[in-house]
Amino acid sequence: MTDRHSPLNAIHVAAGASFTDFAGWQMPVRYSSDLAEHHAVRTAAGIFDLSHMGEIFIVGPEAADALDYALAGKLSATTVGQAKYSLLLDRSGGIIDDVVVYRTGEDRFMVVANASNREVVAAELTDRTAPFECEVFDESDELALIAVQGPRSREILIATDGFAIEGGHPDGRDVGEKLSELKYYRALSGSFRTQPVLIARTGYTGEDGFELYVSPDHAAELWNALTEAGAPLGLVPAGLASRDTLRLEAGMPLYGHELGIETFPVQAGLGRVVATATKGDFVGREAVEAGPAPDARTLVGMVADGKRAARADYEVYASDDSSEVIGVVTSGALSPTLGIPIAMAYVDAAFAAPDTTLSIDIRGKRLSYRVTPLPFYRAKKD
Amino acid sequence: MATESELQYTSEHEWVLVDGNTATVGITAYAAEKLGDVVFVDLPDVGTTLASGSIVGEIESTKSVGELFAPVDGTVLEKNSAVEDTPELVNSDPLGEGWLIKIEFTELPPLLSFDEYTALLGE
Repeated sequence: MTDRHSPLNAIHVAAGASFTDFAGWQMPVRYSSDLAEHHAVRTAAGIFDLSHMGEIFIVGPEAADALDYALAGKLSATTVGQAKYSLLLDRSGGIIDDVVVYRTGEDRFMVVANASNREVVAAELTDRTAPFECEVFDESDELALIAVQGPRSREILIATDGFAIEGGHPDGRDVGEKLSELKYYRALSGSFRTQPVLIARTGYTGEDGFELYVSPDHAAELWNALTEAGAPLGLVPAGLASRDTLRLEAGMPLYGHELGIETFPVQAGLGRVVATATKGDFVGREAVEAGPAPDARTLVGMVADGKRAARADYEVYASDDSSEVIGVVTSGALSPTLGIPIAMAYVDAAFAAPDTTLSIDIRGKRLSYRVTPLPFYRAKKD
Repeated sequence: MATESELQYTSEHEWVLVDGNTATVGITAYAAEKLGDVVFVDLPDVGTTLASGSIVGEIESTKSVGELFAPVDGTVLEKNSAVEDTPELVNSDPLGEGWLIKIEFTELPPLLSFDEYTALLGE
């Protein structure tokens, strides 16, 4: 497969980024220091290029009903401007992808899919919504995505010249007010120097922040404007390495690690995302209602002392001297914010209670971990 | 501190500075860059007998785990406790303050020159 490049690739190269392959895309893994980028997002702000994400639009008078059938959530209950985290389930109850759905109009939704699942999500949505009066457009190649995340994100957007809000003042004098009023998981249609931009108060870092959807041809201009206005406020470009430790601290699942086709939503703690009680038939309903096997494992957070971090795929044991494997790590790192090893793991239900002491084999050495409620880190509200 | 061209190298991305029968060992700037920010270093204790090619330590970054291979047969003379306390030295000064261990050896196996190591990176 040929490597795909973001419309911001030249900017990343000029900034001295290291790159990693992510779902066939060459994306920045770090610019200089992933720890510094992580801390910047927790204390000031970071700017991320997420142009590899997939954006699939469902448009038509029955778009809401179509998504109620195609996805796990009740999308018809959202209002225009609202975003909702949802799941695309298969008929067996497994997770094909986790998505964020934005209702951008009465009859218009944007489904944001993981880059690795873009094709399957587009195909499934096309197939599942066929009986409904709506159309599906995969606009992934027509949209870049820039995220500004961190406690100073709002200030940075306000300090950036060129934004205006749809229905607001054309010179953008009311942008500050509108952004301050914008609630978490809500989005505004607007413009940046004549180009349409969707400004969403969403993210994947556990901090306040915004995600900006814009045409690839204008992504560089927007990125440069944000970084120039943001630098004095502490904004730094941040790569996928810091994004991963940030989302892990925030207890957010990553597809392919905590979520997969073998995972039932309830196992991942996402039972609330499935609207079995409030809507009609949807793909995966029967399987989800029947539930996973009685011995299905459940996702937990775990912490340890010291500096040695368990990583994905390491085995979890009932105790340091037990040879009984009772789980497996899905993500793990030395938490940059907390300074201790943190991990998410699937463990047998009998071992999932908070404060249970378990043991992880870290490359031949056992380390005691303690089960703890997620998230590991929660941002302070101002 | 030796310059890059004065050091010898292994295909495991370690550098070796030979002085008499003492070999000082660290990881190359290339390896440090590939790992990302180093957050934990686990080194063998002084007096440990090492067999060339065996895994004797670990260098962990937020993203991954690098293994330290013994480049020679020998005994650990000294380990860099500064790097255990301040792992980021591996990133900030991989060829200097970020050195890892000193090994007393009797026989030096063939190692790579700087040019040979650079050629290996180009592949």
